Amino acid sequence: MAQQENSEILKVINLKKYFRIGKDKKGPIYVRAVDGVSFGVKYGETLGLVGESGSGKSTIAYTIVGMYRPTSGQILFKDKNIGVQATKRPLALKREIQIVFQDPGSSLNPRQTIEQILRLPLRLHTQTPPRQLREKMVELLEKVELPPDYLYKSPPSIGGGEKQMVAIARALAPNPSLIVLDEPTSALDVSVQAKIINKLMDLQKELNLTYLFITHDLSLMRNVANRIAIMYLGKICEVADAVTFFEKPLHPYTQMLISSVPVVTEEEERLKPKKVVSIGEIPSPVNIPPGCSFHLRCPYKMPICSEVDPEMVEVASGHIVRCHLFSRTENK
Amino acid sequence: MEDKTLLYIRNLHVWYRVYGGYLKVLNGVNLSVRKGERVGLVGEAGCGKTTTMKSILQILPPRDSVIPEGEILYMGKDVLKMNFGELQRLRSKEVAVIFQDPTAALNPVFTIGAQLGDIIRYSIALEEKKVHKEKIKTLSARALKEVYMPDPERILTNYPFQLSGGMRQRVCIAMSISSPRNLLIADEPGTSLDVTIQDQILRLLREIVEKKETSIILITHSLGVAREMTDRIYVMYAGTIVETAPAKDLFKNPAHPYTKGLLASVPKISGGGIARGIPGRIPDYLNPPQGCRFQPRCEHASPSCEEKPPQLVQIDRDHFVACYLAQR
Repeated sequence: MAQQENSEILKVINLKKYFRIGKDKKGPIYVRAVDGVSFGVKYGETLGLVGESGSGKSTIAYTIVGMYRPTSGQILFKDKNIGVQATKRPLALKREIQIVFQDPGSSLNPRQTIEQILRLPLRLHTQTPPRQLREKMVELLEKVELPPDYLYKSPPSIGGGEKQMVAIARALAPNPSLIVLDEPTSALDVSVQAKIINKLMDLQKELNLTYLFITHDLSLMRNVANRIAIMYLGKICEVADAVTFFEKPLHPYTQMLISSVPVVTEEEERLKPKKVVSIGEIPSPVNIPPGCSFHLRCPYKMPICSEVDPEMVEVASGHIVRCHLFSRTENK
Repeated sequence: MEDKTLLYIRNLHVWYRVYGGYLKVLNGVNLSVRKGERVGLVGEAGCGKTTTMKSILQILPPRDSVIPEGEILYMGKDVLKMNFGELQRLRSKEVAVIFQDPTAALNPVFTIGAQLGDIIRYSIALEEKKVHKEKIKTLSARALKEVYMPDPERILTNYPFQLSGGMRQRVCIAMSISSPRNLLIADEPGTSLDVTIQDQILRLLREIVEKKETSIILITHSLGVAREMTDRIYVMYAGTIVETAPAKDLFKNPAHPYTKGLLASVPKISGGGIARGIPGRIPDYLNPPQGCRFQPRCEHASPSCEEKPPQLVQIDRDHFVACYLAQR
């Protein structure tokens, strides 16, 4: 275990995913949803992947679980390359990576009972004898604090929060080591969100899980994630641990994001960067601007920003920024 | 004080007719908006925020909704007793609404110019007989300029699908302020947008409201948005107002257990973890609890809570709470 402390369970290296949407005289037109992303997730940690809609965060999630085949780049899971579609992955590998989707209303089949929903992953991935299946399912429901009689209900007859709990139980069924959470609470009310988040954190400790948490909600990540990565237009622009992130945000986009969060206490108000005010909109991923993709909205724009795409720079241990303001080689 | 009140809702009940009986959604809503005041209406999904908005404008589904009790006084006149002409005047001259989803609010088969022009033509036509096309066009372009749309003339010839979500919401705001209004109702104006775009839209709304001295009712599920935008907040739970206070006081001393639970559930950017949330869920409106509607989820519930719903009681200057706990 001690050896595992700092090693990475999942490593993504220069991942690219382009979607072809048509063609013109110059050749095919692509949506560059993910455009060269590298990051790692350590054993037992929660990595928050934060970005606005259209930044490519869900595409990364779907590529990791194997719903998409990457255009290029590598995905290493426990040091083995798994960059192929789920249909071509060995069963044992599928068991280890599970996903919880955003909207439980559409990720659970409304015509099935919860018993049917939970039975399939148990039969596929575990050697549970048929007689013990029911017992096992009740156990799963217990883990997410639902009573056993929910086995005979169907998703439309239970509340949104309870549906998401069922989706979590389904993800837990094959006993995975990595769970990708794709905005698991953004469709829910805050009081329900609080309950689900707490349950997820308890489960993480209890079952030694690793989470890749994808969300647009920065304030939630402050309380859940160990490290946060910010995405903008298919690229990562800043990675840091959750505390430094809010105390010392470096990338102008991060500052803009934090200053846009509506807050409820004075203490939080003080943390907001005052200088950066939100302007402009996220450009289309079909026409990504040249140079730094953020330069159109950036208050600190320099001439170089529209020409050269900045490199990832490690400014402090574990704090990585992709911005010309912090480039080590002084550019004139 | 009294003559400054723009809108006064007293003991409003709204029921919806369904197969099994009536959904008793609003259960005695009391709310008042003064001239130039910015009011926030905060509550979780399904608590009746939008129903309140719809009953102010009388755009509830006419066959399936019943208002058994209550009054809505707009400048002293009861909206529920208005005839059709008066209602049309209220909707076109006095009150404007900005809806949550700008994509659904705009008609996809007409240009922005046609939709914005219609609204402007209608509001002018009430006064003048003849309306020139040119005048409508300049007024439309001016309205778009007021919401900081780049290149308004071109946008007028665009269809909604050619604009981004934030731009569409700007168009909706332009529609609502194209003629002077006294009251603006914004129903979750930033919820379907990204945080940075939501921030821009809210700043725009605040600027407009301050410049034109319009009153605004901001309906939102986010306490943070309400805190940054409004002077006074009404917290709603299951069709009743459970607490109302000036925005600052509410965040400093929340008194109702629901408000406290909600506040604790909001993740903070200063960290500190997240509270356990509020157990249970919103009651079944077909058979709502007899007494306090929050009592089944409340950890301080006592037998008296089950008998009669508590009334709003003043506990501080301008701070009212509907809870027996605060009255003891």
